[in-house]
Amino acid sequence: MSSPARSTAPRLHPKARLQRDEVRRRDVLLYPEGLVTLNASGAEILALCDGVRDVSAIVATLERRHQTSGLEPDVVGFLEALAAKGLVLYGP
Amino acid sequence: MDPKPLWLLAELTYKCPLQCPYCSNPLDFAGPRFARELSTAEWCRVLGEAKALGILQLGLSGGEPTLRRDLEELVATARSLGLYTSLITSAYRLTKQRLADLKAAGLDHVQISIQGADAALSDEIAGTASYRDKIAAYHATRELGFPLTVNVVLHRRNVHQVEALIRLAESLGAERIELANTQFYGWALHNRAALLPTRAELARAWDVVQRERARLGPRLEIVWVLPDYHEPFPKPCMGGWARAYMTVTPAGEVWPCHAAGRITTLRFDNVRDHSLDWIWEHSDAFTRFRGDGWMPEPCRSCPRKTQDFGGCRCQAFLVVGDAAVTDPVCSLSPHRGLIDRAVAEAERSPGAQPEPPAWTYRAARASRRLARHG
Repeated sequence: MSSPARSTAPRLHPKARLQRDEVRRRDVLLYPEGLVTLNASGAEILALCDGVRDVSAIVATLERRHQTSGLEPDVVGFLEALAAKGLVLYGP
Repeated sequence: MDPKPLWLLAELTYKCPLQCPYCSNPLDFAGPRFARELSTAEWCRVLGEAKALGILQLGLSGGEPTLRRDLEELVATARSLGLYTSLITSAYRLTKQRLADLKAAGLDHVQISIQGADAALSDEIAGTASYRDKIAAYHATRELGFPLTVNVVLHRRNVHQVEALIRLAESLGAERIELANTQFYGWALHNRAALLPTRAELARAWDVVQRERARLGPRLEIVWVLPDYHEPFPKPCMGGWARAYMTVTPAGEVWPCHAAGRITTLRFDNVRDHSLDWIWEHSDAFTRFRGDGWMPEPCRSCPRKTQDFGGCRCQAFLVVGDAAVTDPVCSLSPHRGLIDRAVAEAERSPGAQPEPPAWTYRAARASRRLARHG
């Protein structure tokens, strides 16, 4: 899978749903016959994937929020792993 | 180990317009044990208890779940709880309007069975003319924006159609196709001689699956459920007994899997008498084979026990007569000969194509007869 450009806007595939798992105190991504367990930063990234913000904007938002820098490789790697499972789409 | 379940299979009714001879429902589905179906309110309570217990994935199945008129209400309840809900249906007489209503209620995913790649074979295996409804429902499902899974049970009469079935799923824009080689429980075990394919037939089908996976990549997920009689080691059935799954049957009995009710040496509790949480934690059915303390040899000292959990308790009971022995599919089991004999029988008999079906259709009359005579 080719690496998404910084200017493409990721979004969840419509078959996938973010869900709070209260019993295990974590967030999960649910999809047909499966689920992905998310840590706090994964859930935070996905919450910003609205199909409007591009990767650069998501990274900038996270870096501002956490007063840090250099998050882009982690964000891109996380999104690409979900894209390889067909759970994240790029572009409209 | 995560001690709470993730998956609930809600078998809403055992009524079904189809009569597939490999049905996983109990042989006595039409008998008194399953007669008093749970009410809408009872199901809604069960769904709430399921979510509180940790369940995230809900399968609405049967029988034919669309025969329940309260299906939309159950879906809406599941959605409000945050469960990811899949409908597992034959699609017989399932209209686009009903699908749209279910979508509006919050249904997430639709799984529609098909019995063969063409109308003649599909309808013959189903025992009910249903192919046309299925194709219409596949299209309606996609038009409404549902993710779609095409469910196929493979056996001697349709295993040669694997390529056509994959092409059908591809042309429909399905997300997934489940090619489930028949697992021999319930009606499938009763009809095993007519359903078990030969080794060569399975090898050809597996070649097609590998080639089609390479061609399709992530566009269509092809799930291949192993034909365990032809494997040297057992499947890790349900990911281990009572580790992640619960099945609630139409009249409220709760089973660790959808076949477990046949194990007559277990006691099954009912959601009418106990909470789902109590049943998960304390019932005989769920605690008896949880973990590995129950394991006899050759499992006890086997390094594979953490991978396959000793295989399937139902298969041990149905084939050997003792749910507490190693799955007889395992080549290390002293009972493997029972499986080998069935496999050899399939190799000996002539090709099934020109023969009339030698199976018993899954139907209420046959169910009552089998329940009476065992």
